[in-house]
Amino acid sequence: MELPGLFNYWVVVVLMMAGFYVVIEQGNLVKKLIGLGLFQASVFIFYISIGKVADGAPPILGDAAELYSNPLPHVLILTAIVVGVATTAVGLSLIVRIHEQYGSVEEDDIHRADVQADEDEA
Amino acid sequence: MSLLLDILSGLALLAGSLLCITGGIGLWRLPGVFCRMHAASLNDTLGTPLILLGLMLQMEPSLTTLKLVCIALFIMMTNPSATHALSRAALHGGERPLADRAAGAEDESSKR
Amino acid sequence: MLLALLLAVAFAAVRMRDLFSVVMLFSIYSLLTAALFMDLDAVDVAFTEAAVGAGVSTILMLASLRLVGRSEQARRRNPLLALSVVAVTGAALIYGLSDAPLLGDPNAPAQQHVAPYYIQNAMADTGVPNLVTAVLASYRGFDTFGETLVVFTAGLAVMLLLGSGRARDNQQYGSEDDRNIQRLVVRALIPWILVFALYVQFHGDFGAGGGFQAGVIFASAFVLFDLVHGHRVTAQVIPAHWLPRLGALGALIYGGVGLCSLFVGQPFLDYAALAQDPIAGQHLGILLVELGVGLTVFSVITAIYYAFSTREQLR
Repeated sequence: MELPGLFNYWVVVVLMMAGFYVVIEQGNLVKKLIGLGLFQASVFIFYISIGKVADGAPPILGDAAELYSNPLPHVLILTAIVVGVATTAVGLSLIVRIHEQYGSVEEDDIHRADVQADEDEA
Repeated sequence: MSLLLDILSGLALLAGSLLCITGGIGLWRLPGVFCRMHAASLNDTLGTPLILLGLMLQMEPSLTTLKLVCIALFIMMTNPSATHALSRAALHGGERPLADRAAGAEDESSKR
Repeated sequence: MLLALLLAVAFAAVRMRDLFSVVMLFSIYSLLTAALFMDLDAVDVAFTEAAVGAGVSTILMLASLRLVGRSEQARRRNPLLALSVVAVTGAALIYGLSDAPLLGDPNAPAQQHVAPYYIQNAMADTGVPNLVTAVLASYRGFDTFGETLVVFTAGLAVMLLLGSGRARDNQQYGSEDDRNIQRLVVRALIPWILVFALYVQFHGDFGAGGGFQAGVIFASAFVLFDLVHGHRVTAQVIPAHWLPRLGALGALIYGGVGLCSLFVGQPFLDYAALAQDPIAGQHLGILLVELGVGLTVFSVITAIYYAFSTREQLR
């Protein structure tokens, strides 16, 4: 499918900004983490699309192909995906502990509880 | 022979795609959880295996064909149990089939 | 077409407030991304994204939603500030990308420097047709060692935060007959899943695959077992206290391979030192290293699942 050349970059930027918007605007911590995941996936798409060579084959050596797509971004993103799920798991467990401590995972409630705790101490 | 295989594979792909689209439309338009599950199961039980059959007819018998057979078998095996689990979860969550809920209304709609 | 679907899913996920639906949309998003990767010739990455993003990530998010609650409160703040920040950043990024190389350009800078070396010499240096595995396990083996350790550390962090769970059953509902249906199907499937995981592990040199994907698939078989049979039985199959040790063993295997090369007098993680013939040494090194990675990934994902699924809900 022929697309105007820079279209995929624009889509990546839009996806990235969607994720970014969720992280900074939405209050629920789980939603934020999901927004971060959207952001991550868009970065992966960006890197993989950089590695693509037109009419190239997947980077597994075989007899049929002459031109291969670049394996290096694939390696980077493979690592990134696995590390991403590991950090998402840590983030989710932190959220679970925050919920047990504060009773809510809404950013406003947590902030209010912290401010209240500071005032009570002072 | 290869023309016959091409025609068969085209028919299988077309039929599979139509079934998948029907399943999708049913998912959207049908009322209630259980009717929608029924529509969605169309996709997995016949739509996807037909598409895979169409793909299999396109290629020489090889390891890839075996892999496609395995995928089709796997999907046909897991879909019913997934639907089963989903409907149990829906029942546990309080959903009731439309037939239970609208016992009186059913007589009306059959007269229409 | 795929890109348009991705955009639609992303926007829907941003707008929805029912977190369960958002997690499902995120799973669809991951699957679409995996399909996009296939379209962009990235088979190993597509495999990993499908297994990890659409599989494990969704399970973990659903498990945490069980503990945390599934709806989001409405925001009372004006979103205009966030929207303007996002718009400005997006515009800046698009401007910055305006002279990026076009998709698929074979003369792009990314294709020029190291990549042709790998493509031309990987077979001669390592004897492994899968270029991604060759680069991951051999040329950039040190980075993958770091990645294995990161995964292991994340598993430890989750175990420290949430504990490794007591061997009690999670909530079950429905009749015994219903559960038997599921158990029958699952028992028929799990051996094949495990065989497939082993196939992916050892075939990673020749086709798409390798340690990460294999570890994830292996762990998902045990997650499936746990979902259907309850945690008490699963804890008898894989006790929770084994898992950190298995993870450490995986990282130790990886580091041990590197140390073996040191003992022979060659640089750390130089596989050519492991056997008489350098290519055989490369094969042995890559095999052991992927095994270590698979073991660590499997034990970490299973441990994280145990931690989430046995955490009691706050009442």
